[in-house]
Amino acid sequence: MADRSIYVEMKDITKRFGSVIATDHMNFEVAKGEIHALLGENGAGKSTLMNMLSGIYIPDSGHIFIDGKEVRITSPRDALKAGVGMIHQHFKLVDVLTTLENILLGYKTGLFVRKKEQKIKLQQLMEKFQLDVDLDKYVYEMSVGEKQTLEILKTIYRGARILILDEPTAVLTPQETNKLFKIMRRMKEQSCSVIFISHKMNEVMEIADRITVLRKGKTIATLEKESTNPQELTELMVGRPVDLSIKRIPALSDNIVFQVRNLSAVNEEKVEVLKNISFDMYEGEILGVAGIAGSGQKELCEALAGLYPIKQGEIIFKGENLAGKSPKEFITRGISMSFIPEDRLGMGLVANMDIVDNILLKQYHHSKGIMVQRKPAAAKAKEIVKKLEIQTPGIKEPIKNLSGGNIQKVLLGRELDSHPELLITAYPVRGLDINTCLKIYDILNEEKKRGVAILYIAEDLDSLMGLCDRIMVISNGEITGIVDARKATKEQLGLMMLGNKEVHHAV
Amino acid sequence: MITVAFFKAAIIAGIPLLFATLGEIITEKSGHLNLGVEGMMLMGAVIGFQVGYTTNSPLLALLFAAIAGALGALIYAFLTVSLRANQVVSGLALTIFGTGFAGFVGKSLMGMKMTDQFNYFFRDLKIPGLGDIPYLGEIFFNHDIFVYLGYVTAIVLGLYLYNTGKGLNLRAIGENPAAADAASIPITKYKYLHILLGGALCGLGGAYLSLVYVPVWQENITAGRGWIAVALVIFSGWNPYKAIAGAFLFGGLDIIGFRLQGTAIAISQYIFDMAPYVATIVILVLVSLRKSKKNAPPKALSEPYFREER
Repeated sequence: MADRSIYVEMKDITKRFGSVIATDHMNFEVAKGEIHALLGENGAGKSTLMNMLSGIYIPDSGHIFIDGKEVRITSPRDALKAGVGMIHQHFKLVDVLTTLENILLGYKTGLFVRKKEQKIKLQQLMEKFQLDVDLDKYVYEMSVGEKQTLEILKTIYRGARILILDEPTAVLTPQETNKLFKIMRRMKEQSCSVIFISHKMNEVMEIADRITVLRKGKTIATLEKESTNPQELTELMVGRPVDLSIKRIPALSDNIVFQVRNLSAVNEEKVEVLKNISFDMYEGEILGVAGIAGSGQKELCEALAGLYPIKQGEIIFKGENLAGKSPKEFITRGISMSFIPEDRLGMGLVANMDIVDNILLKQYHHSKGIMVQRKPAAAKAKEIVKKLEIQTPGIKEPIKNLSGGNIQKVLLGRELDSHPELLITAYPVRGLDINTCLKIYDILNEEKKRGVAILYIAEDLDSLMGLCDRIMVISNGEITGIVDARKATKEQLGLMMLGNKEVHHAV
Repeated sequence: MITVAFFKAAIIAGIPLLFATLGEIITEKSGHLNLGVEGMMLMGAVIGFQVGYTTNSPLLALLFAAIAGALGALIYAFLTVSLRANQVVSGLALTIFGTGFAGFVGKSLMGMKMTDQFNYFFRDLKIPGLGDIPYLGEIFFNHDIFVYLGYVTAIVLGLYLYNTGKGLNLRAIGENPAAADAASIPITKYKYLHILLGGALCGLGGAYLSLVYVPVWQENITAGRGWIAVALVIFSGWNPYKAIAGAFLFGGLDIIGFRLQGTAIAISQYIFDMAPYVATIVILVLVSLRKSKKNAPPKALSEPYFREER
């Protein structure tokens, strides 16, 4: 890293959403040919700051310099002209178009698209940066990893020299993550700059050259990776000392409360999405479920909560077969399911309503009379806000004005509030920062102590191995193995996620 | 009877539908559901007729019909693109406005006719070669110039949507405006241009009715064809090529009752008058049952786009 000339400089950047200050006089700089990590809790302003650099948001005040010259970026077009390209958390791809078409979007071609010519150009670029995508594949047929590679190729093709990656690893398998890191290093070699937004400490320590820590809309510090450590970074990020270890409390008993036998289900296109699933769950146990995104996790969750029609099999809860019963009967027997989808808002919350009303959605049928009672819900809202440290101007704020992580805390708070006996929770920490993750783990452990059986579906292997008693791996709708979480290794799990059944026998 | 003459007449009856359907396809591809088709057709019909009647110039009549349709669409575009008003309500308002506008302007035109000189412009022209194919030549290639304009428009729009960079950009806007925005496509400009173009095509569809098909001015000359066009967009899966087939099929349904009059088949005229509308409902049901990614409506249809919305 001989070249340390400043490439991008952001000075005194302020941006508000309604009464929420997202970034408060922030400063930030990136050098040429470096991988710079932007670290912060949910709502610290990472995404907002980068959205201003890439032209999605316009700062209320402040200056941006690129290559020493002040630039005014008011649209993604301006940003690309200045060499800045951003890969968003939610990919900006058009499903019904192919790779090639997505790349050519908005690109100046003649009157007609000369696909052959563009393909040759792209092939060269793919070689240079060692990217690998099928140019004629439709986006709706792609895996998340492929979509991400496509986004990167698209952005580079348009001339980006500064690449912003917004939590790129959140939805990837360990193998895909390694591939992404290779691409990032390759970009660095080509003297491009990469800004890497993340709150996964191990990844930041692995890939970054320098790290800038943000907290509550303010820049806290910029550090060299060599001269810092995860503990220090976390403390800067959270603002006080934290214990980073995930606590695992021993499982309570060997009473089986929940049995699934030969469960199969097909989707609308008649494709088998769950194949012969069988497992047991004990009282006070956390059973983890690992798998590549889209391996049947969602269908499994929904089937176990009575929401997804099953073709065959038994769902036995405390000796009673619930297969074929209505979701309401699942709930009254004490089974609760919370699923955090990729877009967080997709399932369970209404963006335009405030926290109180969103809590009411699940509560109103407990109240007497025909009118809803807002007071108890308001009290509950205050309690949840306090317990989960949700950052909001008030409980009457429409939740769409909160940051992604805070929105999710609202959903979780509401779900955990119903005191279930079997808790099915999918991706409860998706997109959350360390501090909040730890809080969620504490809450789950708390439930475990009460004897609740918890089915914990997650993507992050670290948390699965740290928190769970056993881990069940599914691949393509099939169980490829159930392993003891204390003995499992990441490599083993990764291979099983790819459908390799032999691995756990060998270990 | 089902004869060559019948099929030929079906094409003619289908042309107003074809223009309106193409107009609505191009509008919906930009992510805007414009239910003002009927209104824009009526505006085009009455202005085309008025200008043709006054100037005796077919070309001016067509030009102003298109402009009238586009002006109607401009109202809609301003409301829904710039002000992000509800698209359904804006479209319905445009239909009501267009109907009233045509009634008002057309009051003095009631029962008026064009000159023979004017009508001569829209005489049947046989296309050399193609027109000599047995049966098909007579059905498809022995028509007035307006019909050929319809064929050409459909094919040009198809090429535009599926083979040009601009068409690609437009489709992306209708599918995922955020993605298009991130690809630095000027969304507002695209939306305005294509909504206006859509309006102009609807105006031409209306003008065909008043200038060639009827060709006398009468109140409510479109008789619900604008609504059929909205359904035809769905029937054709937002594809201009398929719209040709759809429009001619409905053209046939439109005239079948008239053609069967005086034959041995004694079914009430009114039953046949219902045919296109009943078929519309049937087709909507069938299309809704068929699920396919490629025939689906533009994903962002009727959702206003605001960059900083979260």
